[in-house]
Amino acid sequence: MTTPLLHINNLSVAVGDTTIIKYLSLTLPAGEVQVIMGPNGSGKSTLAATLAGKPGYTVTAGTIAYQGTDLLTMLSEERAQNGVFLAFQYPVEIPGLNMIEFLRASLNAVREHRGQTVIEPMDFLDLVRKKAKTLHLGDAFLNRAVNHGFSGGEKKRNEVLQLSLLQPQLAILDETDSGLDADAMITVANAIAELRSKERSFLVVTHYAKLLHYLKPDRVHVMVNGNIVHSGGNEIATQIEREGYRSFQ
Amino acid sequence: MKNEKNIIADATKTAYPFGFHSAIATDRIQPGLDEITIRQIAKRRNEPSWLLEWRLSAYQKWKIMREPTWANLHYPNIDFQKMSYYAAPKRRPQLSSLEEVDPVLRETFAKLGIPVFEQERLSGVAIDAVVDSVSVATSVDETLEKLGIIFCSLGEAVHRYPELVKKYLGTVVPKDDNFFAALNATVMSDGTFVYVPKNIHCPIELSTYFRMNEANTGQFERTLIIAEAGSYVSYLEGCTAPRREENQLHAAVVEIVALDNAEVRYATVQNWYPGDEHGKGGIYNFVTKRGRCLGRNAKIAWTQVETGASITWKYPSVILEGDNSKGAFYSVAVTTAHQQADTGTKMIHLGRHTKSTVIAKSIAAGESRNTYRGLVKVGKGGDGVHNFSQCDSLLIGGKSSAYTFPTLESRNAKATIQHEATTSKIGDDQLFYLTQRGIRTEEAVGLIVNGYCREIMGRLPMEFAVEAKKLLSLTLAGAVG
Repeated sequence: MTTPLLHINNLSVAVGDTTIIKYLSLTLPAGEVQVIMGPNGSGKSTLAATLAGKPGYTVTAGTIAYQGTDLLTMLSEERAQNGVFLAFQYPVEIPGLNMIEFLRASLNAVREHRGQTVIEPMDFLDLVRKKAKTLHLGDAFLNRAVNHGFSGGEKKRNEVLQLSLLQPQLAILDETDSGLDADAMITVANAIAELRSKERSFLVVTHYAKLLHYLKPDRVHVMVNGNIVHSGGNEIATQIEREGYRSFQ
Repeated sequence: MKNEKNIIADATKTAYPFGFHSAIATDRIQPGLDEITIRQIAKRRNEPSWLLEWRLSAYQKWKIMREPTWANLHYPNIDFQKMSYYAAPKRRPQLSSLEEVDPVLRETFAKLGIPVFEQERLSGVAIDAVVDSVSVATSVDETLEKLGIIFCSLGEAVHRYPELVKKYLGTVVPKDDNFFAALNATVMSDGTFVYVPKNIHCPIELSTYFRMNEANTGQFERTLIIAEAGSYVSYLEGCTAPRREENQLHAAVVEIVALDNAEVRYATVQNWYPGDEHGKGGIYNFVTKRGRCLGRNAKIAWTQVETGASITWKYPSVILEGDNSKGAFYSVAVTTAHQQADTGTKMIHLGRHTKSTVIAKSIAAGESRNTYRGLVKVGKGGDGVHNFSQCDSLLIGGKSSAYTFPTLESRNAKATIQHEATTSKIGDDQLFYLTQRGIRTEEAVGLIVNGYCREIMGRLPMEFAVEAKKLLSLTLAGAVG
């Protein structure tokens, strides 16, 4: 049996005094796309943040193995360097920090960890422009400060740009499809779909079945009140779209 | 989640790689300040009698002056009788023979990364190196000589160009200007003297590196820069000091004179020893810097990156006398651990259509206190005066504080004065966002801070901008809490 990329076993997570995730288990093999759906407040974003190593999220029980090693002992930057990527639900504004400088620092940090050389500035520009173009983001966008004054749609496309630049092994998408108009939705969905590969796994938090038409998930989980209450195929997404979460609660 | 706590614990550790002391044979005058001390200093420096008289009259003023208490700074009383006012490395090289220099001194500057004794100097830069009270070496540059530009220590200028020194010394910062300026006039030691003749554009950067080395000694350098009509010069000063448990006083004066159409750019990268993580030790930096735009269309710009010193009290100012003259102040002041800074500028608009720009960025981390204090003053004759001031504060962690005290005084109804201020905080969310992209916490802080200061850093001479950026990142490395 091959080691799954991600193995979450009996995980409990608290923020402050409140336990949000309760004894959750999930196995994500390499190359699979799995989806987590669930009502607001069910703990989906908490799970995503915990995987990414956000300070303030305390694991009170259980384990997370990533590529067979203990993810919980790794710092947030170490997880990222090892291929864990979180597309933020609410990307953070950093006034003063130029997009290009940020993207280059990020790519070089990941490359350094992979034993690759620092990318030449001109090669980097070519690469990032090409990727930005497929997301309909121009040079002007790349000269702005990170997420500063970006529209909701621009922020989400920026997350996907970083995803496609860093080429992680585990992509966690936290509602990357919310707040997008129909056209942006198609752009983003196509860009993500293109990143599907045998080596890359996706854990997708979403409210909408639409993204799943593009991503064609291997498994869909329903999360309610801090745990996965039901798992199955794509048909669950369709059922939720039709009936909501009532039948799972 | 391991190590989140460690990152916070590291927060107050201030990295200071320049904290070493060099064992240099030193001629030092006994601690204490009275007329005898002043006469001893003048004798050591072989000064003419007019300068001794000037010192003595400054001393009479200083004796009856009071140390200022209005700054937003807290420190125990300074005992002015307990420190030494003169210390000089014994073997001073002649300008023509740098080989004679004490090898320890040579090694000191090599360790500091200041190539003053090297054959291969930083191209495009001439350097004057000052240790404690005296200039130990000035790089000789043929280009400067050919153009008639004078670049030497003030002590040398007193002997070689007494008329110029007499004409301008104390005309920008009078000897009784304030308590610390009067102290400086009393015991002043080597700073740099710069004279740029009419219509000469100085083609290289002029730079002075100040090093405090001896314990229990103050540094009181005085620098004088004169830019004749139509001339241009860019000048940069840097400074460091050994790590010590007791505080040391640095009370310098800088005077700049710019005549018709002259332009002077003065940049400082201040990196005095800031004290340890508990606030013990560090330099008290009480400095008076001022420029006079005496001529029409004259320009003076101050750029400062202040990262060191346990206490900074410093307001580089411009008096805009000539019509259409321009003054600027661009500042980044960083405080970490228990550092305190009260810094800003004064723009005094006397001439018509004079303009000033003030951009001040304060960054406070640890338990530090960072104050911007500014004055924009417009005289009756200031028709068409324009000032723009922007003061931004960035807080890191929950225990630091930032204050802004802007003062506007206008006696002319036609003056345009604009002031903007912001306060922001490096949020945990921002750091998490960057670390989630693989960037280490220290580098993330560096990226945010350098982005925040870009406007100022871009104004430093090219050769130093890179170093200054590194210094910022280094100063704030681990300053996350």
